[in-house]
Amino acid sequence: MTRYQPILIALGIAALLFAPIGQGNYIIYTLCSWLLFSIAAMGLNLTLGYAGQVSLAQAGFMGIGAYITALMTLNGIHWSVAALISILSSFAVGLLLGYPALRVQHHFLAFVTLAFNTLLFLVLRNEEEITGGSFGLVGMERPTFFGISTDSNLAFYYFSLVCFLLAAAAMWWILRSPWGRAFKALRENPIRAESLGLKIRRQTLLAFAIGSAFGGLAGALQTPLVQFIEPSSFALIHSLKLLLMVVVGGSGFFFGPMLGAAVVILLPEMLRFTEGYYLIIYSALVIVLMVYSPNGLIGLGQKLAEKIKPRQEARRDLKEGVQL
Amino acid sequence: MAELIQILVSGLAAGSIYALAAVGFTLLWQASQTINFAQGEFVMLPAFFVLIGMTVLGLPMWTSILLALVLSLLILGVAFKRLIVEPMLPHGTLPLVIATIALGLLLKESVKEFYGATAQPFPAIFPQTVYNVAGASVSVQDICNLVVSMLAIGGLQLFLNRTRTGRCMQASAQNPAVAEILGVNVKRMVLYTFLINAALATIASVLISPIYLAKFSNGETLGLVAFIAAIVGGFNQIRGALVGGLLIGVIDNLSAVYISAQYRSAMPLLLLIAIILLRPQGLLGTPEGRTV
Repeated sequence: MTRYQPILIALGIAALLFAPIGQGNYIIYTLCSWLLFSIAAMGLNLTLGYAGQVSLAQAGFMGIGAYITALMTLNGIHWSVAALISILSSFAVGLLLGYPALRVQHHFLAFVTLAFNTLLFLVLRNEEEITGGSFGLVGMERPTFFGISTDSNLAFYYFSLVCFLLAAAAMWWILRSPWGRAFKALRENPIRAESLGLKIRRQTLLAFAIGSAFGGLAGALQTPLVQFIEPSSFALIHSLKLLLMVVVGGSGFFFGPMLGAAVVILLPEMLRFTEGYYLIIYSALVIVLMVYSPNGLIGLGQKLAEKIKPRQEARRDLKEGVQL
Repeated sequence: MAELIQILVSGLAAGSIYALAAVGFTLLWQASQTINFAQGEFVMLPAFFVLIGMTVLGLPMWTSILLALVLSLLILGVAFKRLIVEPMLPHGTLPLVIATIALGLLLKESVKEFYGATAQPFPAIFPQTVYNVAGASVSVQDICNLVVSMLAIGGLQLFLNRTRTGRCMQASAQNPAVAEILGVNVKRMVLYTFLINAALATIASVLISPIYLAKFSNGETLGLVAFIAAIVGGFNQIRGALVGGLLIGVIDNLSAVYISAQYRSAMPLLLLIAIILLRPQGLLGTPEGRTV
């Protein structure tokens, strides 16, 4: 499997390079939003799938990134500086939120982030002098790099693709580093991980903060993509949508969030012919998927693959043993 | 002073309805570790069952309410437990959280698509006369809502503490394995919990809909409030959910008048964050041991 992986990844990148050529503006726009939601979902996957914490504020972190980028670029600061500040601020807010929440039992981060996302929405809507209130902010320009403008949709797609690939590479590196391996240890057997000297709380906090920073980057990309931001694009419902992306794709799998983002963004487009019923069909599908395969689509794929070609299993009794 | 009394009464009345939803929420959590993100929609839906009974089937109001109760017990109680919660329990909390989020969306969109997107007027159960008590106008509806929800929660508390079935339910919530060994039918007790939650949601729905009108999106705010009330009061205590609900109702009304209408909904959230920082087990809760 590992032998084919580099070839598959190269094929995937090639497909991404050729995907928008000859397509209409709308499809390119949808592809761009898939890329940026994939970045946010990848960050959430680190929190959820690897550190086992539920964050309900990923859209809020996108909001932080989007508003910081919008305010800075409107004041003539270059996008790359604004994006960096967005990422760092999301990281810092993540640390501040996670530090108290992770002191106590495991489900409290979910509650704190839920409250945070709703509060952030209120602040964005009510502080009209800074954020423009419910009318939002308009007129942010798309960035120019070394004289190359990303004004056209195709150029902006390639710009988002570069950001996406950089983010994916960073995530790959994080998961491969000894530090990322510590996460897997935490997820598989926390008691043993702690007894080997891992600081559970510090690891989880960092995972959450880094995951949030990915949300900040996604937000920084959303500002120049949509060129109009308003509070309701970062409301709690969008955090839930991001959570759906990660879980539907398969949390804890590297490619899970990208698959999930594709499903969550593209399925409504495909189900458009059903008109008002698409959300009903969509939510029913999610429930059925969760009941049959809690590991999402990738988990479902693995299940099917194992049915066709059963993997060798040396000792089934060991499975019970590690849970002790 | 008169204004304050008025605010307190209407706050307590709204808060007691929140408490109904919050109590159901904590019961589900205790019995089956289900964090029900669809709880708000559970409160939104029975009102539409009543409306269907009255407008489509032409039944009188009380018969429709009975019909709504039966439908809720079947759909939000039995079907929810059998079809969604039970098969997912072995996989841990997270997939279940996602499934309840999706279920909430499903219920909301179904009501919007099959009944209507506009707010529907809902018949008042209690007279809407307003009395003047020491300068404050106090509505009979508010008082009745408060009394009915208090009776429901009080009755539930008595049932859980004084009857054999109630104590078996508590035992299965506290330690399912030992309860099973002692001969308690744990699965049945969990089912009772789901039925009680559905019944509480129906009561809350019938009480709150005359005030807020029946609308498909009512669940969003109600669910959040129930959630906050449960955590503020203490996730593992029914009394906690009651106190939390009342407190949120009063704070909500007080901050709307005395602080800022814009940041009205921020106050319960700030309270939530403060509670999590200072007293994570909730006002009346008892600390749970860490699993690791």
